Amino acid sequence: MTETALRSTSQPRRFSLDMRALSPFIALIVLMIAGALINPDFLTASNLLNVVTRSAFIAIIAVGATFVISGGGLDLSVGSMAALIAGAMILILNRAGGADASTLLLGMGAALVLGALCGLANGLIVTFGRIEPFIVTLGTMGIFRSLVIWLAAGGTITLRNADLRELYRPAYFGTVAGIPVPILVFLAAAAIGAILLYKTSFGRHVIAIGSNEDVARYSGVPIWRVRTLTYVIQGICVAIAVLVYVPRLGSATPTTGLLWELQAITAVVVGGTALRGGIGRIWGTVAGAVILELVANIMVLSNFVSEFLVGAVQGAIIIIAMLVQRSLQRGR
Amino acid sequence: MASLLHAENISKSFGPIEVLHDVSLDLRAGEVHAVIGENGAGKSTLMRILSGHLSPTEGTLTLDGRPVRFAGPVDAEAQGIVLVHQEILLAEDLTVAENVYLGREMKRFGFVDDRAMREATRAVLAELGTGIDPDIHVRDLSIADRQLVQIARALLVPHRVVAFDEPTAVLTPIEAESLFTIIRKLRAQGVAVLYISHRLNEVKAIADRVTVLRDGRLVANRDIEGLEPLEMARLMVGRDMSKLYPEKPATSSDEIVLTVRHFSVPGHVEDASFALRRGEILGFGGLIGAGRTELFEGLLGLRPGQGSIALRGSSVRFKDAREAMAAGIVYLSEDRKGKGLLLQQNLRVNLTLAALEKFVRGAVVNKAAEEAALDSAIRDFDIRARRKDMLAGQLSGGNQQKLLLAKMMLADPQIVIIDEPTRGVDIGTKQQIYTFIATLAEQGRSVIVISSEMQELIGLCHRVLVMRNGTIAGEVADSNLSEDAIVFLATGVHEERAAKIAAGHA
Repeated sequence: MTETALRSTSQPRRFSLDMRALSPFIALIVLMIAGALINPDFLTASNLLNVVTRSAFIAIIAVGATFVISGGGLDLSVGSMAALIAGAMILILNRAGGADASTLLLGMGAALVLGALCGLANGLIVTFGRIEPFIVTLGTMGIFRSLVIWLAAGGTITLRNADLRELYRPAYFGTVAGIPVPILVFLAAAAIGAILLYKTSFGRHVIAIGSNEDVARYSGVPIWRVRTLTYVIQGICVAIAVLVYVPRLGSATPTTGLLWELQAITAVVVGGTALRGGIGRIWGTVAGAVILELVANIMVLSNFVSEFLVGAVQGAIIIIAMLVQRSLQRGR
Repeated sequence: MASLLHAENISKSFGPIEVLHDVSLDLRAGEVHAVIGENGAGKSTLMRILSGHLSPTEGTLTLDGRPVRFAGPVDAEAQGIVLVHQEILLAEDLTVAENVYLGREMKRFGFVDDRAMREATRAVLAELGTGIDPDIHVRDLSIADRQLVQIARALLVPHRVVAFDEPTAVLTPIEAESLFTIIRKLRAQGVAVLYISHRLNEVKAIADRVTVLRDGRLVANRDIEGLEPLEMARLMVGRDMSKLYPEKPATSSDEIVLTVRHFSVPGHVEDASFALRRGEILGFGGLIGAGRTELFEGLLGLRPGQGSIALRGSSVRFKDAREAMAAGIVYLSEDRKGKGLLLQQNLRVNLTLAALEKFVRGAVVNKAAEEAALDSAIRDFDIRARRKDMLAGQLSGGNQQKLLLAKMMLADPQIVIIDEPTRGVDIGTKQQIYTFIATLAEQGRSVIVISSEMQELIGLCHRVLVMRNGTIAGEVADSNLSEDAIVFLATGVHEERAAKIAAGHA
């Protein structure tokens, strides 16, 4: 039943593997065609650039989530973490006062450090505490969220200095060679993520741990370090997303980043990364994030479904994506 | 005697690949019929066809002289044909009785009748000659007891044909012996027993007739009378197997490379001390659960343990497998699928995982160098892979073991610890692995072989240490190396009985 049975299944499996890698891109194309049929304004450069720009936050966060999830972990705290980092960054910028580039760099640096620290906390509790990542990040999700509410005293934290806001504005609204800055940031994050995951020994170790932690341990892979680092990468990605997000509205509220964890995890799963770990697809994740925003955009343009139901549709997408993954696996 | 279940000219294809070709088998009431063959010979496929899990592409099955076609395993079971699976398929958190009746619970007034099931389970288990408590959770049972529960579950339905798929793979000689008692009892009741095994001594001891398969074809159908294990091996492999073990290399020196003193692993090993010489093949024998695996996992930092370890005279202590590897010691787990290889990843990823830093150029992994390493591993270790990009899980057991060996040898270790080197490995590959182990010793490396196969320890090792209940019970070497001596040390039972158990005739 070993050699023989496998021989028979090798053909379909190969086929389904390809399907798994390709399906997010096929879905993307199908959505584009659907959008074009529904509304002629859909396939305009300005609308598409707008969609991709709006997807940038989730895409950047989801690149980090690809590391955590393909390493067999999960991070539910990303939305609250984004709110906390945004709030803290604005408070630091307000405190520093000046409207110059150095102030801005200080704030941005602080955001990145805070993101890395939040991720480090998640990672250390998961590894050293030997607690399920689901529970750990559910806990830190609550902690980060109430910290930002406390910092904002229940209200809104606003970037007060108008000059500083003007200086920071291009980080979201600016373009380089006609391409919006958030898109460039998100492509850069995805490219670096892809190199890290596919080309380095760290990336190989992430996949190994997600595939089978015992095998990795018996092979001498430094499990705790690698696993903790995936959460740190997730934290840094959240911070990068916040860097692009803050100039958009110039404020952080208790509802900032609400349900971003749902969207980030959905993007990752839609992209073909296995929720049980062992398979990671950075570019699939990118496609997944764009798909989510495309669906929202089509809903707005079409009037079929109320745009207030965007969250429900995204929730449905993750369930459908899991069903598709499951049926592809069964085909093996 | 009349034929009970008869398979005639059975062929089975999966897509374009034919895994069984024109195989006939005749199963009579009151006989034990062994089916032997290498991995991939089609034994399990045949077994699954006979028990209704698969339907044949060509050929017919007849039961009591009437042609039958099973809709599925449930249908086959209804007609009295049950299969005892190789893997233990029980819910660990349920009790023995709950497992035995899982999916067919006894009911009383619409509620589950625990008392009746408990009593019925107790009766079935007693019939099997065991006093396992029906209320105990399966999690708390030994592997051997779990298998008994599984057999009890299978025998609960009215049965005329019972098929055992490699039932002794996880059993110690003594546990296997009680299984044989059960099988003989079934035979005496007129049940036809189909028995698949790798262990030819066992087949010799228990079977009445033997069917040999090779590459999906029927090679022989013989009475056990006058059929010796060596001849069975020759039929299975298709060539002479009298030289299964290589000459023991005369490389064992006086130079001690590893000294372990008073090493304990809580709950598993007490106060173990031994020394390993350069160029030596040192065997570790004993029953499953004697603490052999745990001792070495403790030594390599894979589980907590205390005691002193000296590597070439200097004291060491390993925090994890990485440190042990850096010091030149590798451990190949007995649990190849669970701890040795990433089954869902391809061969290249598996090969280089333990020594990945050797393939890093700058900051990135050099895929070309990895591919080159894979090419030479496939050549040097004779890994038979249909495609280079296939997944490790798709390799046969023997090829997985070769891949695991290749993977660990990339770390260029001086001490190689191999736990159950040939478990689930076909006989042709066994020979290759033995030769490879001897070569390691010739190169001046030291090898520790942990094995439950006594023949293997005797044929391969310079010295054998035998463990019993977490302690090292004794050492046998050179001319004293015999199955009797090992069984005696492993079990502590009287020597005469040990000799019988060793021969498989207790």
